[in-house]
Amino acid sequence: MKITRQAFFRLSGLAGLAGAARKLLAAAAPKRWAMVVDARKCLRDQGCTKCIQACHRAHNVPEFGEPKHQIAWIWKERFERAFPSQRSEYTAETFKDKPVLVLCNHCDNPPCVRVCPTKATWKREDGLVMMDWHRCIGCRYCVAACPYGSRSFNWLDPRPHIPALNADFPTRTKGVVEKCTFCEARLAQGRPPACVEACPDKALLFGNLAEADSEVRKLLRARYTIRRKPELGTLPQIFYIV
Amino acid sequence: MFMFEKAVTGSRKYWLWLLGLFAVMGLGTLAYLYQFNQGLGVTGLSRDVSWGLYIAQFTFLVGVAASAVMVVLPYYLHDFKVFAKITILGEFLAISAVTMCMLFVFVDMGQPTRVLNVMLHPTLNSMMFWDFVSLGGYLLLNGVIALVTLSAERRDIAPPGWIKPVILLSIPWAVSIHTVTAFLYSGLPGRSLWLTAILAPRFLASAFSAGPALLILLCLIIRKLTRFDPGREPIQKLALIVTYAMLINVFFVAMEFFTAFYSQIPEHLEHFHYLLHGLEGSTTLVPWMWVSMILAVVALPLLIVPRARRNEKVLAATCGIVFASLWIDKGIILIVGGFVPSPLGAVTAYTPTLPEVAITLSIWALGALMITVFYKIALSVRESLSEA
Repeated sequence: MKITRQAFFRLSGLAGLAGAARKLLAAAAPKRWAMVVDARKCLRDQGCTKCIQACHRAHNVPEFGEPKHQIAWIWKERFERAFPSQRSEYTAETFKDKPVLVLCNHCDNPPCVRVCPTKATWKREDGLVMMDWHRCIGCRYCVAACPYGSRSFNWLDPRPHIPALNADFPTRTKGVVEKCTFCEARLAQGRPPACVEACPDKALLFGNLAEADSEVRKLLRARYTIRRKPELGTLPQIFYIV
Repeated sequence: MFMFEKAVTGSRKYWLWLLGLFAVMGLGTLAYLYQFNQGLGVTGLSRDVSWGLYIAQFTFLVGVAASAVMVVLPYYLHDFKVFAKITILGEFLAISAVTMCMLFVFVDMGQPTRVLNVMLHPTLNSMMFWDFVSLGGYLLLNGVIALVTLSAERRDIAPPGWIKPVILLSIPWAVSIHTVTAFLYSGLPGRSLWLTAILAPRFLASAFSAGPALLILLCLIIRKLTRFDPGREPIQKLALIVTYAMLINVFFVAMEFFTAFYSQIPEHLEHFHYLLHGLEGSTTLVPWMWVSMILAVVALPLLIVPRARRNEKVLAATCGIVFASLWIDKGIILIVGGFVPSPLGAVTAYTPTLPEVAITLSIWALGALMITVFYKIALSVRESLSEA
């Protein structure tokens, strides 16, 4: 088949446009980011902290050594503490006193956002609960409001306590609250959150709830999952397979 | 400035008292500079107990501020002349208490230089925003009312007519400041000690007891130190208010106990267990809890039995007991106790540090200074009137 130069340009232009349009459509498609934690897979290596390290390194989370001043975006909590309503004398051996991975639940109805007096924390259309470290006045109302203990306050200057500085991510100042952001900068580049990428057992699955055929939706359809303190009406977006 | 010349003449004792207060304030300022420089890590606060002495003092003092309504309402709404002499004292107490409240919130901020973000980005869904609005408004209202009524009194004329609606507005406003302050706590999921509809009524009852009790003590001190006598009757009427409010407060607290212990819902129970006998060996708040409860129980018969209440010496002691009991209740237990155990069940002890205590004392000293100066002005105006 012969093709004129004019037709070639026309076709390639159209192809480019179609590609751009597809990208645009994908970006405009509704998104609701969520995570499924396979708590059983996570238990295979209970000493593993790869996701925690990846997250805390990437986000310049300081290590104070003093538990009272601890800052944590993602950490391991005893099963009974992560799920107090599941407490029982007869909890299956699999989970009794075992560590469960916890992080900000990016609630669909976040109490922290409701109480913040300066809109320094807010919920995005795609469900991410965000923090503006430059607007936060450090009143810690959000810390009191979060029923999951997912918010940390910088009691002291964090900068001298960052083990290895990542120049691509901001550090914080003393006197502001911080927490997991679901790696919004990575999401913008089409990459999954750092913790998800770091997990050797693929125990963390991240995806879009708004898309009916997404991996997370498939998994949620196939497996029974629980959420932390669903009775509080916060609608957490982290689901646990137990 | 406003009749300020009256405050800079006084006896040797007056100046020594002011000097002492300034010394405490100076120390507190140094402690605050240290905290400002280092961060809130210099306090005893932690990841789990993230509010402590500062926010608890704020909560208690909002009550003291609101309690001015207990003299303003009978005097202006019911024309209850007995309170004519002491209404201005109540208003000045409110002004001092609100100022202390604002300072206690300020010193609790992690980024105090950004505090005006609350006004720059008004957030209607935040109770803290409404607390700023209601406290600011209350300070303004009482400032205007005290200034206008006292100026009129100095010139021996009736206050202008427009002040009456302002005074009437200050009555529901006083109720609102303490209601909104209770809403700061009672609307949080996962903090079961505070998640109770009775928190705002309970706050008001304890405020209307502790505030007038303090006012009685101030009246008795004034009578001792100055030539001004507030009179026996207003003190007795205040004592009656303290009695009813304290009874209602104890009743409300008893209801909290019933709901927690009869329903036996663990999240509600655990806080009471922590306060009454400690959890996991942590018993920091237990003595405070018991002292507060015992003082309340001791105060009740002393208030209810007319012979005890009418004896001013006994009444003075009773008011001290009431004030101490309610200060422990709201100024320590209720706020710190709400954080232990944490929503994840962690039991973390909280003990204020030396800088934290110094800052707290200095704000109390500033409050005492304000009351002293305001009362000095008000009483000097009265004295010069009676001499003329």
